Amino acid sequence: MSILEIILFTLGKVLVLLTLILLSVSYLVYFERRISAWIQNRLGPNRVGWQGVLQPFADIFKLLLKEDIVPDKANKKIHTLAPIIALFVAFSTYAVIPFGPTVTLFGYSVPLVVADINIGILYVLALSSIGVYAMTLAGWSSGSKYSLLGGIRSSAQMISYEVSMGFSVGGVLLLSQSLRPTEIVLAQSGWMWNAFIQPIGFITFLVASFAETNRLPFDLPEAEPELVGGFHTEYSSMKFAGFFLAEYANMIIASALIVTLYLGGWQLPLIDTFGLPSGIVITLQILGFVLKMGMLLFFFIWIRWTLPRFRYDQLMSLGWKVMFPLSLINLIWVAVLIMVFNI
Amino acid sequence: MAEKKRLKDLTFWDKIYIPAILNGLALTFKNLLGPKFTLKYPEEKFIPSGSYRGSPVLVVEKNGVERCVACGLCSRVCPALAIEVQAAETENEKERYPEKFEINMLRCIYCGFCEEVCPEEAILMSKEYELAFDNREDGIYGKDKLLKPVEELKDRIEFLRRYK
Repeated sequence: MSILEIILFTLGKVLVLLTLILLSVSYLVYFERRISAWIQNRLGPNRVGWQGVLQPFADIFKLLLKEDIVPDKANKKIHTLAPIIALFVAFSTYAVIPFGPTVTLFGYSVPLVVADINIGILYVLALSSIGVYAMTLAGWSSGSKYSLLGGIRSSAQMISYEVSMGFSVGGVLLLSQSLRPTEIVLAQSGWMWNAFIQPIGFITFLVASFAETNRLPFDLPEAEPELVGGFHTEYSSMKFAGFFLAEYANMIIASALIVTLYLGGWQLPLIDTFGLPSGIVITLQILGFVLKMGMLLFFFIWIRWTLPRFRYDQLMSLGWKVMFPLSLINLIWVAVLIMVFNI
Repeated sequence: MAEKKRLKDLTFWDKIYIPAILNGLALTFKNLLGPKFTLKYPEEKFIPSGSYRGSPVLVVEKNGVERCVACGLCSRVCPALAIEVQAAETENEKERYPEKFEINMLRCIYCGFCEEVCPEEAILMSKEYELAFDNREDGIYGKDKLLKPVEELKDRIEFLRRYK
């Protein structure tokens, strides 16, 4: 493959992935509204198009047509920069998530991942830490008490939960002996999913990713009843939509990451035993990845409409006194597994 | 602040929260699949019971004569001053009838005092709740809009006779 071909293929993958993500983000908002309505015995948006399927577009047009208000006391440059950081971080993280095996297209072998880099997991962790800056800067630059409190809360929350998140990922890395996401997926072939081998790590990572994506029960930076919307109180129009989209994009990246790290990525167990042609197998594997992600996203929404929000001190004590020791225990458990069974 | 002692110590399973969370998830999932209570409004309409106080209407007997004798009590008792009555006389057995009977629906507060005070059971609160106008003049209902045949108001009459 020449450099030109590599660039063309990568651009193609980026375009396809970006379109799919933007679409799925807007439909995630739609499904969140429908599912929350169903849980509360309501119907939800069902007027725009068949069963309301065009609702996301109506929402986007509404947000675009709104007046963009920047408060007088805001630091205008940073106020504008914050949603851009949020969106940039949310979208660029997808680059390293493998959504299928290597396929042969037009005579070239193309790995179904935008960038197959050897420090993929590190890249994800680093970028998701930058995501905190979006919220903290948004809260700080708005010139409002509520926003500032939201920003401070978000930084404190992210720091506490990133620790247990990092340690839970450590367990996965010990087993796969690699930071490359494609290899982590391959290490979980058959039923060797990390969720079964290290359930404690799976749970701590799941809880930490709820905190990282600011979803209930950990949505303290937003906390509508006490902070009027937290860090995005002073945002309107498309800048608000930026944060909104970033939150949902983060949800998708979090579930994609959980699938990659703990649920075997695109691998479906026992698929080779049916003797299907390779084209169908690959399609099924990509569909399997999407299905696993969809189930996790449903779980995210389901949890949001089930559990109440944590109090700030409860959040901190849960993060440091429960999640952190649990992720350490998981690390020891994996080390013992490797020593005893030599996997 | 002194630490409050719990009435009952939490067990291990209470402390790890997970059974409680699963319980909650099961409850919300049950509701997710359960029946929905929303009415798709313009297509499906809410049908109120007899106790509902919608817009006030005037009762027309089966022979086509209105019950109202234009005594003006409803107009007198109306706290929002929404009712205006002008009496006139006919050659019929029941001499008095309202020549003009107007209720300003923009002022009406649906308290039902007019219905309560009426000696002839002539003004009743109907089940009508779709009251939208695009100008203030349309909000003033005259006799043409207020008169309703007695059959349509059976529920309300029954309710009033039982509970009033």
